[in-house]
Amino acid sequence: MKRNDLILIIVIVVLGIGALLFINFTKESGSKVGVTVKQEEIASFALDEDIVYTIEGENGAWNTFEIKDGYVNMIDASCPDKLCVSQSKIHYDHETIVCLPNQVVLEIIGGEVNPIDSIAN
Amino acid sequence: MRSKKTALYGLLVALAFILSYIETLIPFSILPGIKLGLANLVVMTALYGMGSKEAFVLSFIRIILVGFTFGNLSTMLYSLAGGMLSWLIMVLAKKSKWFSMVGVSILGGVFHNIGQIIVAILTVSNVYIITYLPLLLITGVITGALIGFLGSLIVKRIQGLF
Repeated sequence: MKRNDLILIIVIVVLGIGALLFINFTKESGSKVGVTVKQEEIASFALDEDIVYTIEGENGAWNTFEIKDGYVNMIDASCPDKLCVSQSKIHYDHETIVCLPNQVVLEIIGGEVNPIDSIAN
Repeated sequence: MRSKKTALYGLLVALAFILSYIETLIPFSILPGIKLGLANLVVMTALYGMGSKEAFVLSFIRIILVGFTFGNLSTMLYSLAGGMLSWLIMVLAKKSKWFSMVGVSILGGVFHNIGQIIVAILTVSNVYIITYLPLLLITGVITGALIGFLGSLIVKRIQGLF
């Protein structure tokens, strides 16, 4: 191992931890979850109401998620890898659960307006 | 000479394929999407033992085979994006001579993740998926360093074989 390897390790780890801290300290609770299938938003649900909902896609693809105590969790899906089911539940603004095979995205929305976003707008 | 090379390709493709299969058996679910990158051991060995072109061919054939066997078209697309970006960065990192195999492997692992995140963002057109990247950077460093270290042991032992 060379000295440059060590520098590389430190730089990447510091970047990673810095970004994680930034995300953690700037997160805000959301109020809704938006459901997007194949880049089209099909529905949104308020987080303060507990429900179980199944998203039906093309060719029999489906994803079932639940809203419970303000948290959204994917509980089952038709995709082969089920990575979306193993992703942790979401509650804070712009957190996502993604099912890539079915192209389903659950995203928390409707938190306070992010200052960066309002500048961009 | 030519038949020797063909045999070597076959051997390494088979090895990479088996390693990819073993990897699917390892339950590794701290975060979905995290992988050890065992198959990169073979790509690294080819990169240092044979050359850039050979490493590319190997990586490409492995991804196509594994995609058809264990995955589907969409998982194959992610693997291709990750694998090809990772290969490019590893070739450049090796050429620069700034890093040992450990550093090259770390960059390979990290850029494999970056490639996949980029495709994911484009597929579902949601930039917030990038929030998965920080953790993938850190785990990429750990798995990349491990694979790079193992790779350097292998290359040392099989010198003269190629």
